[in-house]
Amino acid sequence: MARTLSLPSKSKKTAPKKVVGPAASKVAAKKPAKPVKKAPAKVVSKIVVKKPVTTKALAKKSVAVRATQPTATAKAAAPSKVTSSDFSKSPFNASLKPAQKVGFLREMLRIRRFEQQALKYYNQGIMGGFLHLYNGQESVAAGTASLMNGHDEIITAYRDHGHALAVGMGMNECMAELFGKGTGCSKGKGGSMHFFAPDKHYWGGHGIVAGQTPLGLGLAFAIKYKKINGCAVAFLGDGAVNQGVFSECLNMAALWDLPIVYVIENNGYSMGTSLERSSAVNGSLAKRAEGFCVEWATCGGFDLYELRANLGAAMERARKESKPMVLEVSTYRYYGHSVADANAKKYRAPEEIERYKVDYDPITLWQNQLLKEKVVTQAQIEKIDAEAKAEAAAAAEFGIASPWPTEESIFEDIYHEVDHKTEAGQTGRFFFSE
Amino acid sequence: MPVITYRQALNDAFAEELTRDENVFLMGEEVAQYNGAYKVTEGLWERFGSKRVIDTPISEAAFLGLGVGAAMMGLRPVVELMFWSFAYVGFDQIINNAGCIRYMSGGLINVPMVVRGPANGGTNVGATHSHTPENFLANTPGLKVVCPATPYDAKGLMIASIRDNDTVCFMENTLLYGDLGEVPDGAYTIPLGVAEVKREGIDVSLIAHGRAVLTCLAAAEILAAEHGIEAEVVDLRSIRPLDEETILNSVAKTHRAVLVDENKPFCGVSSQIAALLAEHAFDDLDAPVLRVTALDAPAIYSMPLEKLQLPDAQAVVAKVLSSF
Ligand SMILES: Cc1ncc(C[n+]2csc(CCOP(=O)(O)OP(=O)(O)O)c2C)c(N)n1
Ligand SMILES: [Mg+2]
Repeated sequence: MARTLSLPSKSKKTAPKKVVGPAASKVAAKKPAKPVKKAPAKVVSKIVVKKPVTTKALAKKSVAVRATQPTATAKAAAPSKVTSSDFSKSPFNASLKPAQKVGFLREMLRIRRFEQQALKYYNQGIMGGFLHLYNGQESVAAGTASLMNGHDEIITAYRDHGHALAVGMGMNECMAELFGKGTGCSKGKGGSMHFFAPDKHYWGGHGIVAGQTPLGLGLAFAIKYKKINGCAVAFLGDGAVNQGVFSECLNMAALWDLPIVYVIENNGYSMGTSLERSSAVNGSLAKRAEGFCVEWATCGGFDLYELRANLGAAMERARKESKPMVLEVSTYRYYGHSVADANAKKYRAPEEIERYKVDYDPITLWQNQLLKEKVVTQAQIEKIDAEAKAEAAAAAEFGIASPWPTEESIFEDIYHEVDHKTEAGQTGRFFFSE
Repeated sequence: MPVITYRQALNDAFAEELTRDENVFLMGEEVAQYNGAYKVTEGLWERFGSKRVIDTPISEAAFLGLGVGAAMMGLRPVVELMFWSFAYVGFDQIINNAGCIRYMSGGLINVPMVVRGPANGGTNVGATHSHTPENFLANTPGLKVVCPATPYDAKGLMIASIRDNDTVCFMENTLLYGDLGEVPDGAYTIPLGVAEVKREGIDVSLIAHGRAVLTCLAAAEILAAEHGIEAEVVDLRSIRPLDEETILNSVAKTHRAVLVDENKPFCGVSSQIAALLAEHAFDDLDAPVLRVTALDAPAIYSMPLEKLQLPDAQAVVAKVLSSF
């Protein structure tokens, strides 16, 4: 595939420096006590606690062509295998108990088996809607949920099953939602793209590309307003970065020192458009944050240790310093944009998909790591997997057996005041169908 | 009772609610240090500080979305749009997020937010600054839409809107900000969804919201003085929820309806009222339902022509006379 990025990125290289100057001095003028904001390049090495050796390894082969786009790397040559050893000693990983590590494996397997079960029924035509599968990206959601401190809030886009299960939503309610049943987590009113669990600090599940990014800002705003010791983590795709509202958010996050981490789940494609065909890139997408005085970093998302080390640092900084950050995580989806994506194998080579499955699968990598660490045996892994499969199968049965929502429910959950029969819910007409 | 401006009535409502509930905060372009582009929030930043009264960058999509996110977490944002016309760059946040999240979450999430600002033409500022999007917003189940015409209503409806647990789109009018009216001290609420008969009459019902209500009241005076026609003026106050009972009761009494609306005619608020009357007042009517609305063109800049574009008392009088 042709790469046309080297020229434009070169010409842009000097631009950010110019911008940072005056912006930084403005920051300095506002808060004279604090030193002028450091150049983001330096910050990266600060945030990425252990220098990301694996990322480097990933990037190495493509450096001549472009910077750290993992997809391009993978296409450029057969990538070297990822190893976890370098991030296992990060402060976010060093004290993990074996049971926790095995728990992460279980979470990732549950997500994968849940989605594969859903896919089966989708393909049979029993399940409708869109079904945006997260297969291949499980480490990102599982890793994030494992870092949440009980006061952190997360929000994502429509590829939301993984995040939902990772924060603790039940397979039954999620599966039933996919089937459009009244027992679903949104009572059959949301569907695949709209899972929510505010009690688990999970705010969805949003269908408009980047539409969730200012909501994440609002979560961070509320955290700061209420003086909560937490942060917001808002996910978006590599395609979503090109929505204007995201740029607005970066500016406001920096301007107001909001505790938010924007995680760009860079899986290389937005629907059928590869990153190089949709984004002008100078090194990374995250680097755009520089223009807004927001610190940024990139990391691989395939290895759970690496993800946790980097995201953990970003979240801790957001909590402690109340500062935003953009973390671009390289990842890969195995299926099409949605299951209905008829072109799933046309815009990328089947070999590319295969290569990721073989060398970058986050579940396989983690299994191997845990086997190496001897915290789990092959037999135990198989048992966990069997349990996940059984749980998913039972959830599908639950979903299928569940009743449809009642017709009356069409007009429920629209207005709080109406549902709760408050005084305000009883004056005037709210619904206008006969 | 104190006589204050519509602007001051709103300002008093904010002060009441900022004092009462620490989760309430005001946000928008120039609302704090500049005291508001139309001075509606004057003095509040000085009084309540930067945490509660917040200047935003010119990023409607982001700060509307921020408001939704903060409201989901239990805060009560009151978000000012310098003009409702500017909502269009943030429409996604209002419609898809504020309007749909409660439903899509099966009722798990509330969005108790007020989005407010002026929504009117007639100020000689051209098409992009003269929009009246109450019909667009009222077309979205999940949103509430309020358009007060008087200082008294502005304060009571604003306090009710801030205390409401759903998103309320609150539409003010730059031409009304300076209007005077009697407004009680202290907090009081006017429920959303309750219209008010602003003038009693027996011959024709003039049904309107926002500034058009005042146009109707002026027309009613002329009709009474010059034509012996006693018009009843129904002020909707709230578009959604809508007080259909008051509308139907009035028409049952007068047997005639003229709808006066600064909104555009096509799929405008008056279209909804006309549909209501067609369905439920057919037998009561002695004449077809007539409408006086904004002319169906973008708001023109040129001053004398712009005046023609909005309903005025003379046009309402003429329309009423044509129905007899
Ligand atoms: C405003 C808007 N435009 C277009 C779409 C259709 N759409 C849905 S997802 C998508 C691609 C987004 O890709 P990316 O942000 O990389 O996320 P990914 O699907 O890879 O997770 C598009 C174009 C949409 N949902 N919303
Ligand atoms: Mg993508």
